[in-house]
Amino acid sequence: MWPRRQVLRAFGASLALPALTPALAQFRLEISGVGATQIPIVLGRFRDEDRQPQSLSAIVRADLERSGMFRIVDGPAPADETGQPDYNTLRTRGADAVVSGSASRLADGRIDVRYRLWDVVKGADQGGQSEPVPPVDLRLAAHHISDQIYQKLTGERGVFSTRIAYVTKQPGKYTLRVTDADGENIQSALISNEPIISPAWSPDGKELAYVSFSKRKAVVYIQNIPLRTQREVANFRGSNSAPFFSPDGQQLAVTLSKDGGSHVYIVDRNGANPRLVTFSTGIDTEAKFAPDGKTLYFVSDRGGGPQIYRQPVAGGNAERVTFNGAYNISPALSPDGKLLAYISRGSGFKVMVMDLASGDVRSVSDTNDDESPSFAPNGRYIIYATKSEGRDVLMTTTVDGKFKSRLLESGLDIREPVWGPFGR
Amino acid sequence: MIKNSGKLILAMASIAVLAGCASPVKLDKPAEVVSRDVSAGSSSSTSSSSGQSTVGTIDQTKGTAIPVSLDRVIYFDFDSYVVKDEFRPIVEAHAKLLKADSTRKEVAEGHTDERGGSEYNLALGQRRAEAVVKQMELLGVGDTQLEAVSYGKERPAVQGSDEAAWAKNRRVELRSK
Repeated sequence: MWPRRQVLRAFGASLALPALTPALAQFRLEISGVGATQIPIVLGRFRDEDRQPQSLSAIVRADLERSGMFRIVDGPAPADETGQPDYNTLRTRGADAVVSGSASRLADGRIDVRYRLWDVVKGADQGGQSEPVPPVDLRLAAHHISDQIYQKLTGERGVFSTRIAYVTKQPGKYTLRVTDADGENIQSALISNEPIISPAWSPDGKELAYVSFSKRKAVVYIQNIPLRTQREVANFRGSNSAPFFSPDGQQLAVTLSKDGGSHVYIVDRNGANPRLVTFSTGIDTEAKFAPDGKTLYFVSDRGGGPQIYRQPVAGGNAERVTFNGAYNISPALSPDGKLLAYISRGSGFKVMVMDLASGDVRSVSDTNDDESPSFAPNGRYIIYATKSEGRDVLMTTTVDGKFKSRLLESGLDIREPVWGPFGR
Repeated sequence: MIKNSGKLILAMASIAVLAGCASPVKLDKPAEVVSRDVSAGSSSSTSSSSGQSTVGTIDQTKGTAIPVSLDRVIYFDFDSYVVKDEFRPIVEAHAKLLKADSTRKEVAEGHTDERGGSEYNLALGQRRAEAVVKQMELLGVGDTQLEAVSYGKERPAVQGSDEAAWAKNRRVELRSK
């Protein structure tokens, strides 16, 4: 997947079969008790990391701590990935795992970032990696290491190398920003005098669709993130909004008012060929493809207040999904299609998570101004915008609501977070 | 707006004539000065009072401005898109303006208060704008002269998180296109 990376040959064999179930047992991880049972891990400083513009071990440490799945403990780590752990001492410190690494400048200016993970309980090497990167990608290399540690020790894919898009609002200035999943390395994708809402990632993570009001009305655009090119996808009479890519990236669901009312259409990724797919006399909007691409979830007030409905993309009857409360909006599907996150208005606006199989609903936030929930691509976390202690923040929570982390806060109005896909 | 003041006064006079005595429009000049323009069916026809030296300016940098004295904001109740009777005269005045000049175009911009999601509010604002457009169409305005759009909750008229602010923000603004 990353051509320049290669697994260190010496440990190819042990990596071939990650043996996820034994790893879970090994580290006494209880999936239901995130935050309560954390894997104790020793993280050494990476040899020569002080000579680099980024402190690799600090990035990895922050990643692991924020995940809620790890507890950093003090203990002796090998000088670098070629060393040998002092297992006995590490065991007395209560560590289950230890990581060491290095960062060496190559002749071509790149930096070879290496690490290795050892299982302290078993006294076994768990493999490592060498990734030569340009200096600008050092943070990314650190996030890749976090992802691999996370996967080897929890059995799930990490999301540390993914990105999150969101919008900030200042008087007369709106900025669509992209940040690493740890809230660092914030970059601006679009700066406008007019509002920007509803960013949505393409499945390959290279493009963002969004609504801009730069033409004094809502128009849907797609912007290529690295190339900085913008193209218009839907600019029909009336408002054009709520873009969402199909799982194959070839189509978008959008809300158009070109024929009166607000209804969901599916258009080709270049904006051609709009097909009306929702049929009501009310508002239909915020359509999201289920991960299998066959079902659309959307908001409709066909029954009175706004509720979440679903229907086959190919056509068929809409079925109401939410029943508790008079105002349920902003659906988001988990990557496995089993959970639905949404915003429900009660005493405030709160993120709720529904188990779609059972219909059970639980509140996962302890704030009252929540907006725009979005699942991490591994399905473990939800990001949302809210207010905490009077400030605008982006929060992440585990899907069970037990472990929360404040990703970002600033004096600015922060809105509309959306978590990008795997694959960077 | 200021650059177009001559045109504005002309247009304002036209409305006054069309709207009759009930019009809230205040005029600097007696209405009869420009009454011929109205009967000619076009505000662009040359007035005999302009003489031989006048150069008429077509300024396409701005749309045809709505007379400043003409109210152009219609307010709505919470969660409602019904145009209340008290705002009916505004809708009628704009309809008359548009019917008097078929080249004139207006946009009805729907807005909501800050509560709730951005997309659902966008759709609510759209519904309000469409309600206003519908009324104007029923008064005989051609549908090519009108477009309903929405800003949802993105462009509050006033800041604040109380009912007074919210009431000022639940609105449709009419602007020229």
